[in-house]
Parts: sequence; C-alpha cells; structure tokens
Amino acid sequence: MSALLLSLPVAGPILAAGASAAVARSRRAQRWISLVTLSGLLAMAVVLLIEADREGRVVTQAGGWPAPLGITLIVDRFSAALLAVSALMLLAVLIYGVGEGGAERSPAFHPTYLLLAGGVAMSLVAGDLFNLFVAFEVMLSSSYLLLTLGGGAEQIRRGTTYVIISLLASALFLTTLGLLYAATGTVNMADLAGKLDQLPTGTAQAFRVMLFATFGIKAALFPLFFWLPDSYPTAPSPITAVFAGLLTKVGVYAIIRTQTLLRPGESKVDTIILVIAGITMVVGVLGAIAQDDIKRILSFHIVSQVGYMVMGLGFFTVAGLTGAVLYCLNQVLLKTTLLLTGGAVEYLEGTGRLSVIGGLMRRSPVIAGCFALSAASLAGIPPLSGFVAKFSLIEAGFGGEFWWITAVSVAVSGLTLFSMTKIWSGAFWGRPAPTHVPSRPTGRLPVLMGGPMVVLVGTMLAVTVFAGPVVGFAQRAAVDLLDRAGYVSDVLGPARSER
Amino acid sequence: MSIGLAAAAALLFGIGTYLMMQRQLSRLIIGIGLIGNGANLVILQGIGRRGTPAFIGDGDTSTMSDPLPQALILTAIVISFGAIAFLLALAFRSWSLTGADEVEDDVEDRLVAKRGGTSEDVDDAGALDLSGPNEPRS
Repeated sequence: MSALLLSLPVAGPILAAGASAAVARSRRAQRWISLVTLSGLLAMAVVLLIEADREGRVVTQAGGWPAPLGITLIVDRFSAALLAVSALMLLAVLIYGVGEGGAERSPAFHPTYLLLAGGVAMSLVAGDLFNLFVAFEVMLSSSYLLLTLGGGAEQIRRGTTYVIISLLASALFLTTLGLLYAATGTVNMADLAGKLDQLPTGTAQAFRVMLFATFGIKAALFPLFFWLPDSYPTAPSPITAVFAGLLTKVGVYAIIRTQTLLRPGESKVDTIILVIAGITMVVGVLGAIAQDDIKRILSFHIVSQVGYMVMGLGFFTVAGLTGAVLYCLNQVLLKTTLLLTGGAVEYLEGTGRLSVIGGLMRRSPVIAGCFALSAASLAGIPPLSGFVAKFSLIEAGFGGEFWWITAVSVAVSGLTLFSMTKIWSGAFWGRPAPTHVPSRPTGRLPVLMGGPMVVLVGTMLAVTVFAGPVVGFAQRAAVDLLDRAGYVSDVLGPARSER
Repeated sequence: MSIGLAAAAALLFGIGTYLMMQRQLSRLIIGIGLIGNGANLVILQGIGRRGTPAFIGDGDTSTMSDPLPQALILTAIVISFGAIAFLLALAFRSWSLTGADEVEDDVEDRLVAKRGGTSEDVDDAGALDLSGPNEPRS
C-alpha cells in the first residue's frame, strides 16, 4: 500500500507526460490528461498526508531491495504537506493557464508541465541523495523548457542564464555526491546520517557547507540569488507562478532535509546559515523596493522570503523549524497567488509597469481583493496566515535568544509591507498614465483565471481560520525533522540504528 | 585515490571556470561541459580499486571495483548530455535572433542602475546652468 502511495505521485505524472506528448495534436485530450493527472496527484498527496500524520513517516524500498542498497522512498509530515500544497497549486495554475491562453496553447506545455509535477513529487519523496539529484534534474529540465517556451529574444537571453546557473549547481551537487560517496560509501540519506558522525568533524562540516551551497543556488539564497529576479519575470505568468511557488521551495526543502539529517552537532555552520539567511532577507527586500514592474517586485520578494525559512532552520530548535515549515507551506500558496494576480493585471493591461497602470481596483475588484489579502498575509498582518507563520518564527527567534537576526526579520517585514503598498497604490489606486491603452478595456477576467486565484486565497483563509490545528501539525513536523534517530530507524530498520 | 585522476579533475574544473568567465556563449557552454566532466572524475575516485573492472564473474569481491560510482556517472553523463544539447539549441536560437554569440546584459537591471544615476545627472545639469544659461549639454 505505502509502496503504491509513494511511487504513484512520481510515476503518474511522468507516464501522463508521455501520454500527453503522444496526443499533442489534440489540445482537448491534453487538457483532460493534465486535469485528471493533477487531480489524482492532489488526491494521493492528501491520502499520503493523512497517512504520514498518523504514522509519522511513510517509507518504502523501491524494488524491495533493503535500505542502503536499494532506493528509499520516504515522506514525513513536512514533505507530505508540501506535496499536497504543491499539488493543489499545480492544479490551480493549470486551470488558470487554460483560461489565460498564451503559453498553454503550445503543444509542449502540457507534457512539460506534467513532467515538472513528477519531478517535484520525486524530489519530495526521495530518500537518497542521488535520487534527489535526478529528481532535481527532471524538475529543472522541464523548467528550462517552460521558461523558454515562447522562444522570444528576451526569453532566450534569460533562459540561457538560468540554464547555465542550474547546470553549474548540478555540477556542484555531483561533486559533493562523489566526495560524500568516496568518504562514506553510501548516498542513502538515513545511512549517511549515521556515517557522517564517524567522519572527522571538519570533513563532515565541509560536506554540510557544500550541500548548503548547492541547494542555496536552487533556493536563491544570497549571494547566489541573482539569476532568479532576472529569469522568472519574463516567463508566461502561469509558469512564473509555478516557479515562484515551487522551485525555490523545493530547494528550501532540500536544505532543511539535508541540514537537519546530516548535522553531526552544533557548529559554526549554524551561524553561517543564520548570517546568510539574514542577508538574503535584507538584500531581497531592498531589491524589490528598487523595481517598477509587478512581477519583478514579486520575484525579489521570493528571495527575501526564502531568507525567513532558512532563518527558521538556522535556529535548529523545534520552535524555529515549526516556523520554517509553516512559512514554507504558506509561501507556496501566497507567492503563487500573488504572481497569478500580477499575471492577471498584465492580461488586462498589457503591462505590469506601475508607472503606467493604475485604478484597477474599480475595474477588477476580484484581482484587487485577491492581491490585497495575499499581500497583507505576505507582509504578516494579523490575523492572516502569513502572520501566524511569521509570529512563530519571531517567537522562536526571541525564545532562542537570537536577538539580532530576529530584529532584522521584523525590520524586513516592515519593508515588505512598504513594497506591497507600492504595488497597491501603483496598480490598484490612482489613475493610469494618460497615454496608456489597456489591452483588454472591458476589464473582464475569464472565470477560469479568477476561479483558481479565489480558491488559493480561500485555502489561505482556511489556514488562517484553522491556525491552531495547522500550527499543531507544523510542530509535529518540526519534531520529526529534528528526530534523526527516528528517521534512520524508519529507513534502515530498528536493529541498524542501535549500532 | 589516484593523484592523476585528481589532477585531471582539478584541471577540468580550472579550465571550465576560466571559460565560464568569458562572454561568448560557445565558450561558456564548453566550460560547463568541462566542469560537468570534472565532477564525473571526482565521482570516479570512489570506485576503490583502480584498474579493476566492476562485476567480473560472481566470485571474489576483492578483484572487483565498486560499480555504483560508474552507474552514477553514467546517469550524470546522460543528464548533462541532454542539458548541454538544450543549451546549444538556446545558443543557436540566440545567435539567429541577435546575430551575436554573446551573453547579453539584463535590460531591466540597466534601467534600475540608470535610475540610480539620475540624481547625479540632475546635479550636473544644475552646475551647467550656473556656468552659462544657454550652454548646450553634450
């Protein structure tokens, strides 16, 4: 049962991608395949989430080979929740994409999109580092294609930067893997957790830093974030939304997974992580303030928000990780919704430049409402879900006596609010520039575009209402993340972990 | 652990990094390829016994090398082959669109940089106004 539950979320979308490519002539068939597959993925992810919350971890060994030899597939509460939220968001964006037209009209869109879903699911269930590497490659290869789908000069230019950076990160990942295997003779994460403890401390810490740098590129941490605000905004809106909501979060997930599991003990690396997190927050938000285009502002915010999650990790306490888990799940929803609203503004106005557009609140209250709620939540206005997440982080920071970084995070949150009000007053209040002619003057948004945004905002509000149970869940997830011995014995069996 | 292999990996990383500093896309892509192969050589270090094949017969394991790194490298080669082929296609597309084999600047970034410089421009204009009202700005 658990074998099926863990392998289907990966195999399903990938097989469906093949089927979708085979029926490339019929857009109708492609749409149905994507819709059914992603709905199925969402259903499976929810079952997996319930199962994971009941048992703690769901583990299976692919092909029946015992743990360090075979390929382990595993989800715990955090990865199951991330998978469920990602599946919801992938489904919502798919429907939005169908409504918007544009990129979705390309016959390559549906197969690539499904492959991306499969890659994301695979990274979340991977129990060994090499499998994680392959999963990242599946995910990234599809993202290369999605990013350059139009083939315009600007997209190609930005796509090239993105592909080169990703390939460099992959080479670094491979090098780390090679060295790890040479030092320990395994790439299974549970097995590595035990064997890293036996290495000299310096070597073990060097591996931690290498893994942090590798995933830091994917998660867009300072100083390796520069590719993100450059490449994301040019992609078609649904694609930017998916990238913003998912790709960096999967990078953060990989950081959290490896740094909690492969951490031999307290060391200076913890401080490095906190410092990087702090600079990432500040630089991201300052970059956002300097921009004029909606999607570019939001892209810089992705960077800034990643800093918060990594800060929660850097505390290495249950409270800190609770905050990081909440923040990460929340961000998937918020960032997607915000970029979808940005896309909807571009759809109606033909541009996202704040100096040009204006007065959208009257023309399209749905977009304005979705944007206002998500932006307020992102900035951490009580009682919205973003506040819950931010509050847990700040509480954890002060509780753990990490004064300065917590202070930085509070200050950054004020700046976040500032740049969100900049979008609000630029796009939704005021008047458009006199020379500006909107591309769709009626201001009518297709139901298929508005609906998914409303659903995502509704989910965010549901998280706000049920904040208590959600925080409880995040706490259990955080306890799991810090419980290395539990993870090891769940994967390798109780006998081996005692040794 | 073989010194030769380590030196070869270091050389590939070095040349690759140098090529990545260039502005021509074609050199960049070659650089990426070299770095990827350097990484593969690093993995190859993990096979244990040099010069012995993996899986020979079914007897004594002491005459075999560890097959796993070779499997990992094979996977990595296939992946980087695909990625570099895609990158070459991008480079070709970029060449046919712009006619140049260069990594271009981020236009939006230039705009922001320019905007940062406008205050200085205004100051200059003021200084010119003081020296002579009708003097044209070059």
